[in-house]
Amino acid sequence: MRGRDILIAVLVGLALWQTTVLLTDAPHFILPSPWRVAQAAFHSRAIIAENAWVTTVEVLLGLTLGTVLGAATAIHLALSKTAERLMLPLLVFTQAVPVFALAPLLTLWFGYGMGSKIVMTVIIIYFPVASAFHDGLTRIDRGYHDLSVSMGAGKYHFMRHVRIPSALPSLGTGLRLSAVYAPIGAVIGEWVGASKGLGYLMLLANGRAKIDLMFASLIVLACLTVALHIAVGRLADWLSDYARGVRHP
Amino acid sequence: MTVPPGINFAGQHRIGGLVLFDADIELPGGQWTCLLGRSGVGKSTILRLILDLETGGQFAGSITATDGAGLAGRISYMAQSDLLLPWLSVIENVCIGARLRGEKPDTTRAADLLARVGLSEHTHNKPNTLSGGMRQRAALARTLFEDRPVVFLDEPFSALDAGTRADMQELAAEVLHGRTVLLVTHDPSEATRLAHQIIIMSAQDAQAWPVPDTLPPRSIDDAQTLACQIRLLAHMRGIAA
Repeated sequence: MRGRDILIAVLVGLALWQTTVLLTDAPHFILPSPWRVAQAAFHSRAIIAENAWVTTVEVLLGLTLGTVLGAATAIHLALSKTAERLMLPLLVFTQAVPVFALAPLLTLWFGYGMGSKIVMTVIIIYFPVASAFHDGLTRIDRGYHDLSVSMGAGKYHFMRHVRIPSALPSLGTGLRLSAVYAPIGAVIGEWVGASKGLGYLMLLANGRAKIDLMFASLIVLACLTVALHIAVGRLADWLSDYARGVRHP
Repeated sequence: MTVPPGINFAGQHRIGGLVLFDADIELPGGQWTCLLGRSGVGKSTILRLILDLETGGQFAGSITATDGAGLAGRISYMAQSDLLLPWLSVIENVCIGARLRGEKPDTTRAADLLARVGLSEHTHNKPNTLSGGMRQRAALARTLFEDRPVVFLDEPFSALDAGTRADMQELAAEVLHGRTVLLVTHDPSEATRLAHQIIIMSAQDAQAWPVPDTLPPRSIDDAQTLACQIRLLAHMRGIAA
């Protein structure tokens, strides 16, 4: 995604928004104009920044923990046929439970602070990371396997030197998905019960009929998500390039 | 180097109840054996069975070394695809066997081997910067790094252009001299140039084919080699038909 493309998309979005406001003549407490939202964002910049920081920390910690746990699970499953046979169906089954429905329970267990939001984020991204990485680890070129067997490779060394590097593009695919899901997890956690964060601020603004502030929070959240998507996309590209030997680590 | 062991292979291989082949083959120690036969007859399967790799079938028979010792850890393997790991440099690829066994790689020896195959200037390059022929030379250096008395080559030169292939055949013959080599190939020219012994496989049996009196590697324009190659090709076409 190039900077010019992003700028054009933003301008088109703003134009559509402003046109809708003009055509529908909606009151500002239903659909505020972009200018009104910009004013609200400026006036409330301190409170928005404070809450955006909280959400950012929740998302980044959740993303990091979820990736580490998901990748560790994938490696463990790929190393042990027994673990794969027992745990893989269980993992798939857990995905049948709507994760959002767990939010109240997580708030009950982990409190109103960051903990419950981080756990929510971890749960949401754990499966995509584990599933994509496990897929990459198990779809290894048969030739590499044969060569390693003929060389007398140990399974842990084979995992470290061959399977993990060759599966990095798959891990990148899982990370790209996670970058989309992670903010959703944090915000839903904040909706259910929080005293800080952009999700909390949106609910607060909505309750006080400050729809322009709600929109401003929403736009900041969208910007955070796009920034995360771009950063994780670059990381995924780097992982893929490394596995193809295009760049030096 | 002590005299490398020969290998005796005798038995029947079945896939889904059907006999793929029934073969009795002897690989003489310290010599090149070239295995030919039409596609799907089980040439690579023999190689995989001796290497103790998965074949998807059932083998009934015996595989023994002529010195009575086990074969595990005494065979190195080079496939049609170079199987270089793209994320490692050329020298790291040459040493990969040591890393996979959890040993400290001897990079000095690896560098010497790369010099021997003419890749000194590419030691720290990534494989994707090399040509097809250079990649196969790196794979050959990796095979040599293993320093095993027996070497199995599964059509390693088949994807190369004719000139590079001839160069690689001569290089392989030189650097693998004195080892027990099994080369699976579809190319009668390659077999007649390199083999001390040629074996033609069919579903029924594995038959030895007479080779020229001269020692390999034989010159491309050697009259005996050319005559042997023509007869072999005619025979192969007869089998295929």
